[in-house]
Amino acid sequence: MKPSVWVKMDTWVRHSVPFGITVFLLLLTAIPTHIPGFSGIAPMLPLMGVYYWAIYRPDLLPAWLAFVIGLLYDIVAGTPLGVNALVLLLVQGTAASQRKFFLGKSFAVTWWAFSLLTAGAIGMAWLLLSFIKGRPLDIAPVVFEYLMTLALFPLLTWTLARTQLAFLRDV
Amino acid sequence: MKQSGAAGRLATLRLLVQRFAFLSLIVASVALMILGKADIVLIERTRALVADAIAPLLDAMARPAATIAQVTENFHELANLRTENARLKEENAKLMHWQTVARRLEAENTVLHDQLNYVPDPDPAFVTARVIGDMGSAFGQSMLLGAGAKDGVRKGQAVLTGEALAGHVAEVGARSSRLLLITDINARTPVMLEATRTRAILTGDNSQRPRLNYITGSPTISVGDRVVTAASGGAFPPGIPVGMVSSVTDGIVRVEPFVQRHRLEFVSIVDFGLGGILPFERPPPPERRRRGREE
Repeated sequence: MKPSVWVKMDTWVRHSVPFGITVFLLLLTAIPTHIPGFSGIAPMLPLMGVYYWAIYRPDLLPAWLAFVIGLLYDIVAGTPLGVNALVLLLVQGTAASQRKFFLGKSFAVTWWAFSLLTAGAIGMAWLLLSFIKGRPLDIAPVVFEYLMTLALFPLLTWTLARTQLAFLRDV
Repeated sequence: MKQSGAAGRLATLRLLVQRFAFLSLIVASVALMILGKADIVLIERTRALVADAIAPLLDAMARPAATIAQVTENFHELANLRTENARLKEENAKLMHWQTVARRLEAENTVLHDQLNYVPDPDPAFVTARVIGDMGSAFGQSMLLGAGAKDGVRKGQAVLTGEALAGHVAEVGARSSRLLLITDINARTPVMLEATRTRAILTGDNSQRPRLNYITGSPTISVGDRVVTAASGGAFPPGIPVGMVSSVTDGIVRVEPFVQRHRLEFVSIVDFGLGGILPFERPPPPERRRRGREE
């Protein structure tokens, strides 16, 4: 039996949840928090979104969507176009190619792998930007941004897992 | 058997296509970086267009955040009411003294202006805009503002908060623009020390305290000296407060800006009628004559 239009639409909306929520995370990062000192070290939420969906639903957030999110990231953050696009693309590629390793593993393993991957990602962004600007950027805020991102990972994974259960359990 | 072979080939083909797509995306991002480095107008336009498109969303999200920040600040203020009051009383006493001095100087200044037939500075036009996006990042210090070319914002205009300089407009879309703060690694602001009129360039390096470079002469700079904008380069009118010298160590002078990034909610984008900090706008391309169509 062919699924009706409504069922198709419902599936389509559910399938766009991973992309939608990652873009939402991106916009969330851009909100002026008015917290002193926070603006230099805000966690990289979109990176977590890309990582999570690359492991659990790579079909719904493929490489090209990670690329698109990266471009949006560059535009909102004011970084040179292509930097975060490349970083998120590589994060998606690496995580998706290793996903068999993650499935069924404990949360600690996922976290540990995330810490390695994020170190690589932020390090790469730092290198690319230093290269583009022609001089090494200050390293201290980068380290703090990295630690903030790591610290928020459990909370975000929990939220994303709830989202996945709510919207994508059977589709 | 045959079918599974075909399916296998199809799977290999799909994998190849996927690999190829992935590689081309990598190449695309590297190409974008190189193009961006070359300052292509098209890239700038695209950025502005996309920023315009998401500006309403960001604006809507920024409002509740601002409200929450206000409420927490209210609580904070309530808790510190007594100490704050004592501090303000003390400050008020000091300021009353300054007010007397200022009144006297103002009167004297008016008289001197009259005697010298001084031409007063024109009153600048300004636009007030809300900060709608602040991507906290270790890699750059910029903000998205909710006003753009439609509201009269132009590239290079000075952005002030209250009386102090926050930065300048670096990108302009139709209804959004990007404010590059004076602390950003790309920001260069011509400044001078208010007391000695020594000129220098304030160089941002993404840290909270930008550096003073290219200081003319060898003046004695001490902590607490006020730094204001200089007229060099025709970027900003002279005399806008920028910050205070916060440290002088081994010839490295650092300035604590008056603008506090986390407090920025509304900023004024001011048109001083000067070229702004980015005067090198490309000249418009020569109009092509369509001989065939026009008579």
